[in-house]
Amino acid sequence: MSKRLINILVPVVSVLLGLIAGTIIMLVSGYNPIEGFSALFYGMFGEVFYTGETIRQVTPYILSGLAVAFAFRTGLFNIGVEGQVLVGWLASVWVGLAFDLPKVIHLPLAIIAAAAAGALWGFIPGFLKARFRVHEVIVSIMMNYIALHVTNNIIRTVLSKNSDRTPDVPKSALLKSPFLEAHTDFSRLHWGFLIALAGAFLMWFILEKTVKGYELRSVGFNHHASEYAGMNVNRNIILSMVISGAFAGVAGSMEGLGTFGYASIKGGFTGIGFDGIAVALLGGNTSVGIILSAILFGGLKVGALNMPLETGIPTELVDIIIALIIFFIASSYIIRWAITRFNKKGVK
Amino acid sequence: MSFFQILQIIIPSMIFLATPLIFTALGGVFSERSGVVNIGLEGLMVFGAFSAIVFDLTFADTFGALTPWLALVVAILAGAVFSLFHAVASITFKADQTVSGVALNFLALGLAMFLVKMIYGKGETDSITASFAKVDIPVLKDIPFFGPLLFSDAYYTSYIAIAAAVLAWYVIYKTPFGLRLRSVGEHPMAADTMGINVTKMRYMGVMISGGFGGLGGAVFAMTVTNNFGHATISGQGFMALAAMIFGKWHPIGALGAALFFGFAQSLSIVGSGLPFFKDIPNVYLLVAPYVLTILALTGFIGRADAPKASGQPYEKGKR
Repeated sequence: MSKRLINILVPVVSVLLGLIAGTIIMLVSGYNPIEGFSALFYGMFGEVFYTGETIRQVTPYILSGLAVAFAFRTGLFNIGVEGQVLVGWLASVWVGLAFDLPKVIHLPLAIIAAAAAGALWGFIPGFLKARFRVHEVIVSIMMNYIALHVTNNIIRTVLSKNSDRTPDVPKSALLKSPFLEAHTDFSRLHWGFLIALAGAFLMWFILEKTVKGYELRSVGFNHHASEYAGMNVNRNIILSMVISGAFAGVAGSMEGLGTFGYASIKGGFTGIGFDGIAVALLGGNTSVGIILSAILFGGLKVGALNMPLETGIPTELVDIIIALIIFFIASSYIIRWAITRFNKKGVK
Repeated sequence: MSFFQILQIIIPSMIFLATPLIFTALGGVFSERSGVVNIGLEGLMVFGAFSAIVFDLTFADTFGALTPWLALVVAILAGAVFSLFHAVASITFKADQTVSGVALNFLALGLAMFLVKMIYGKGETDSITASFAKVDIPVLKDIPFFGPLLFSDAYYTSYIAIAAAVLAWYVIYKTPFGLRLRSVGEHPMAADTMGINVTKMRYMGVMISGGFGGLGGAVFAMTVTNNFGHATISGQGFMALAAMIFGKWHPIGALGAALFFGFAQSLSIVGSGLPFFKDIPNVYLLVAPYVLTILALTGFIGRADAPKASGQPYEKGKR
């Protein structure tokens, strides 16, 4: 069996195993799995409102998935997407509030600010990795918490007078669209999904069609060989984290300028960054894969909200399913082994 | 307000807040020393907190005053069993340990909240009735100066945590088991050649960390929040991870780091009422543990190095 086919089969098998596990959990807890899954599916695409909400949820997932994947391709694990999302969210809202400009300038400026903030937050672990050989996972986890506390503090003291949220961002910097809202039964769908798709194209283009992208991937495969071939490994590590952080920052602006239109104080993380890890893994770190897996996870998250209403099944079932899918993907060693083994028997 | 009064406010609250971090950070030490990165400490704490609270609520009438202690035992067992997800994925199936740890965090919160909603029909449990009492240690509490600071109005769990750190140091550095544990974390192939079962040692490392993580979560839930909801454990596991690194993968170091982080946390809570500290904006105290951990890693505060094979699955015969 070709390697390419196995690479596609592994995520498919993982998703199936995850759904089977979900079925078993429903059976064991005394729920009807058919009702459960149909409520879940109805909550994803059953009405235009739900479809709108699903696409809205998918938008930041695509971008955070791209962020994680971009770093993965250079052999780095950016677990700090969560923090980069937060600083991006804050930066976009800040620029939205601080300036009074026509939309053609204001909106792009706010998104660029988000990208820059995320890039800065990604730069730090990248730089420390390149300069001091510090593992990027630990630094970026720490950066997540620093981002959480710092953004909360800025929202409370700088962007508002001791309030728990900022004022609303003026229309000129918003992605919100009355047109899309009206056509999806007043969901919170906004234009951000176009930016997410453009981001997916951009990642594919950078990695597959440019010399720099070739270098980045090469560092990911084998940084000793890359260094020997004359590439600057350290600079590529930093660049990869910066671009990854920029994607994450833009994901944050989707929430800041699209879904909410303001920033608020948070007790914990948004989950967009951690879910981005799941999206990237399931999507095999490729642009198309990420779009598909973001649709699956975004759909599951939104559809889950319908389950307690119709069947009484707690929404957390979906979190369990997603966690198990990640376990299965991560354990693909054993799935690959099973597939090749199974296949050999078929040939005999 | 005298200096002593300030100490009397800060020190007990520091020990109180550090206790769950100490337990969990010790768990991290065992796992990482065996060569398995454990990002899943947060999830282990969640699961420990959940099992302890549910056990306490269910059996408070049956076991009476013994209930909270039994709840801790249950949390240790639950944490150890739950950590098997991480162990099986990352040791047997050779999954990426960081990814598997992330999945463990997802799974713990999802599973615990799913069960809470199923059992109690709402998003958080009731408050427990059988909880730990604060105690004054007889005799020791009368020592001048130290007595009121360290030995009065405290929980037994705090002393157990400190004893556990010393015990962990003894086990890891002074027993054959500890030597084997460290050897599979530094150079699994050499250890394998010497007849040490790498897989078994790593399973034990992860399961001990599961037990400690569960215990840490249980202590946090039973002394700080008294119930369990989705935000009960929010970041303590990662802070324990930071404490372990700041403590340079050493049990006593982890103890010191956890106490220090407890100090920072306690200042961020009670600091606003104290002279001098009230002028420091809260945000600096909140981010201090994380910034210090990064500085420690970069070598500004003495270089910290992970066990060499930490994070790498071991494959027999691979060079």
